[in-house]
Amino acid sequence: MWEMIKSIFFAIPRGLSVTFKYFLKKKVTVKYPDAPPVFEDRYRGLHYLTRYPDGKERCVCCGLCAVACPADAIYMEPAETEKGERYAKVFEINELRCIFCGYCEEACPEEAIFLGHEFEFSSGDRGDFIYTKEMLLANFDKIEKDRVAKNIKPFIRQEKYQFKKPADPIH
Amino acid sequence: MGDKTMILNIGPQHPATHGVLRIQIELDGEVIVNAKPIVGYLHTGIEKTMESKTYTQALTMTDRMDYLAPMSNNLVYVMAVEKLMQVDVPLRAQYLRVILTELTRINSHLVWLGTHATDIGAMTLFLYCFREREKILKIYEFVSGVRMMSSYFRVGGLAKDVPVGFDKRIKEILDIMPNKINEYEDLLTENRIWKNRTVGVGKISGEEAIKSGLSGPLLRGSGVNWDIRKANPYSCYDHFEFDVPLGKNGDTYDRYKCRIEEMRQSLRIIRQALEGLPEGPYITEDRKIAPPPKEEVLKGMEQLIHHFKIWVDGFCPPEGDVYHSIESPKGEIGCYLVSDGTKRPYRVHFRPPSFVNISALNKLAKGRMISDLIAIIGSVDIVLGEIDR
Ligand code: SF4
Ligand code: SF4
Repeated sequence: MWEMIKSIFFAIPRGLSVTFKYFLKKKVTVKYPDAPPVFEDRYRGLHYLTRYPDGKERCVCCGLCAVACPADAIYMEPAETEKGERYAKVFEINELRCIFCGYCEEACPEEAIFLGHEFEFSSGDRGDFIYTKEMLLANFDKIEKDRVAKNIKPFIRQEKYQFKKPADPIH
Repeated sequence: MGDKTMILNIGPQHPATHGVLRIQIELDGEVIVNAKPIVGYLHTGIEKTMESKTYTQALTMTDRMDYLAPMSNNLVYVMAVEKLMQVDVPLRAQYLRVILTELTRINSHLVWLGTHATDIGAMTLFLYCFREREKILKIYEFVSGVRMMSSYFRVGGLAKDVPVGFDKRIKEILDIMPNKINEYEDLLTENRIWKNRTVGVGKISGEEAIKSGLSGPLLRGSGVNWDIRKANPYSCYDHFEFDVPLGKNGDTYDRYKCRIEEMRQSLRIIRQALEGLPEGPYITEDRKIAPPPKEEVLKGMEQLIHHFKIWVDGFCPPEGDVYHSIESPKGEIGCYLVSDGTKRPYRVHFRPPSFVNISALNKLAKGRMISDLIAIIGSVDIVLGEIDR
């Protein structure tokens, strides 16, 4: 009997008080897709290949990202310019195989590949997910354009620049 | 099967089995005579795939086993490799590992609490638990870049140092969590429906539990004082003060109380670890195991060679085998590793706590009503990714 009284007059109001407390509080739900989601700096999303300030691509097709990749998602073919500079003739990332581990970014000795904040890339065709070099460079151009237009600090993570002197060019 | 009993399949597609678990139950009326968990619907071949990856690459697979506790899985794997290679891990890395795995414990328990309560009928809690879990996942994203598949630990330490402001983020969690845990308790602990559904349900004695090889809150709920963090301290757990919460009756209610208390103890450990967090390197300085920091790689030739060597060839542990186990949120997770001296593991085997714990389902469910089965599965706290790997 006492148990029952306790539960009716004590335990249940106690539980309901929690519910009512939140009834009037501000909602915590993120309003995606009406409001853009907020990401941390280190977020690992869609890849991009970076360029030097003069527009030349940084990737030298060393293949380190491809061997580091646990999902075997990267394919590349090297070529050389007349001056003997190595570059990637073909550079493809299969974003369907990719597990977004970020190993390619960690392995790259040229700071040529990064994982950006883009996450909304969908398509009805599986073939669209093979990102070619041009598409990956275009990702970077878009990011750079956005950044310059909004006059904000580089979209890529700050830690990447720690070792650079201020006079050094950023890409 | 007798004349009077009936066979019923629960799952593999059933919302309350927490994944693709199939349970074949033999019923006499509404009473369970026999319950047989049938696993394997989510087999992904993780252990086999790991054999064809280098040690560093194989780490990414461990996240995908128990996806509610990725950091614990990372930890047991890297610690097994470290044991084999006898690597010294810097103190800072060890402390950060403790902080992150304890956050993982809270994360995993929150999901357990939310889903378990929803199964029994308390929907509100689900929303509250996931609200707090989101904060923890944001910290994962903050340190590693991804909410769930963090792949943040490395053999010898961590992938990178924690970002500036890490302590502030953790303090935020430490500030809000105790109140939130009290709130969960307000909703459930004295609630009559909750008690009716859980007290005395799925009982197992301590002796039985040991015989069945149970571990984690399932074992401690039955009053057996066994926690690997205390019994065989790893990764500096002996530096911290904490209690091991124990139950008495070994029923679903006691396991619930144990897990709630464990969350409080985890907060206590995190607080101590954060206060004592030493400065220093975040990964071993042995260049045969871990590549040098990126800034050095971009400047020096020798460092660049090391960097290439590590990412292309990895490292080769000596021939031999090793077993290492840690206390994951669900119990003892162990990693058995055989090395043949090459850069790829010869065999990796995991002892997942969920797999062993669910095998005792028959003992827990026998003689109970069919509706109790849902409460029992919930209280075992399983993740199918880990059971089937
Ligand atoms: S993020 Fe990981 S899986 Fe994806 S391409 Fe890079 S290394 Fe491969
Ligand atoms: S992206 Fe970096 S690691 Fe990959 S081939 Fe180009 S330079 Fe090498």
